[in-house]
Amino acid sequence: MRKIVHKNFFVWQADLEEKWLNEMSAQGWQLLSVALFRYEFEQGDKGEYCYRLELLEDWPTHPNSMEYIRFVEETGAEFIGRVKRWVYFRKRTADGAFELFSDIKSQLTVNMRSVQLLTVLFFVELAYLLPASYMLYTAPHLLLAGVIALNAVLELLMSIGLVKMLAKRSQLKRELAIRE
Amino acid sequence: MENIVLTEAVFYVLLSLHTPLHGYGIMQQVSELSHGRVNLAAGTLYGALSTMQDKGWIESLPGEQSSRKKEYRITTVGRAVAVAELARLRELVAHGSQFLEVK
Repeated sequence: MRKIVHKNFFVWQADLEEKWLNEMSAQGWQLLSVALFRYEFEQGDKGEYCYRLELLEDWPTHPNSMEYIRFVEETGAEFIGRVKRWVYFRKRTADGAFELFSDIKSQLTVNMRSVQLLTVLFFVELAYLLPASYMLYTAPHLLLAGVIALNAVLELLMSIGLVKMLAKRSQLKRELAIRE
Repeated sequence: MENIVLTEAVFYVLLSLHTPLHGYGIMQQVSELSHGRVNLAAGTLYGALSTMQDKGWIESLPGEQSSRKKEYRITTVGRAVAVAELARLRELVAHGSQFLEVK
């Protein structure tokens, strides 16, 4: 039996997303395929698979990315699919523990990718909000006000997300000063 | 050579690659050598292998015809780095034994 779940996770909620996928797996729902906001599950054994996701440095079709995906598959994991630069893997729990990163340096590398992405999105949004707000100020318009309000909310959420990711980066760096 | 401190993962990878191995083989070998204490994750290992190749400490070999798995092997430079690291670790052990009075 299969089911489709529509859910949204923001860029800074990758940990939550991974946790959710593994919780679904624990209930017997194994992720089969992914698309934007769309997860397809298949009923299987409880906890059959362990899921991991990662934001890649390059697009999944880039040779480096493809080499990386193949490398991970060779270690016994299965590539499920991708959404933009996010790739999803799974490995049978019976085959042993499955992590993508075993030291702080690599966790930091991945964290930096999210920080970079969020920073870009933050400024792109700002590049819209500033002129649009000025336009609204000079020529008030209800529809425009609504659109700006929505974007402002998104910008606020992204700011919070960015702060969270930066806090995580600081924490990792402090940890790195002590140990690997 | 500058004062380099290797991570545990890199040191074990260098040791393992005295025999040509592919990615998963390295993970298994390191886990075995360290009695399950050091478990390299795929993403971490991939990054380490890339960096070590860039530094010339390891090199890749074409895989066997049946599989496309890339194998890696330590180079002369890599060997020198590992030897230097062993000397550094010996020094740490000597000082540690002095101060901590543990056999």
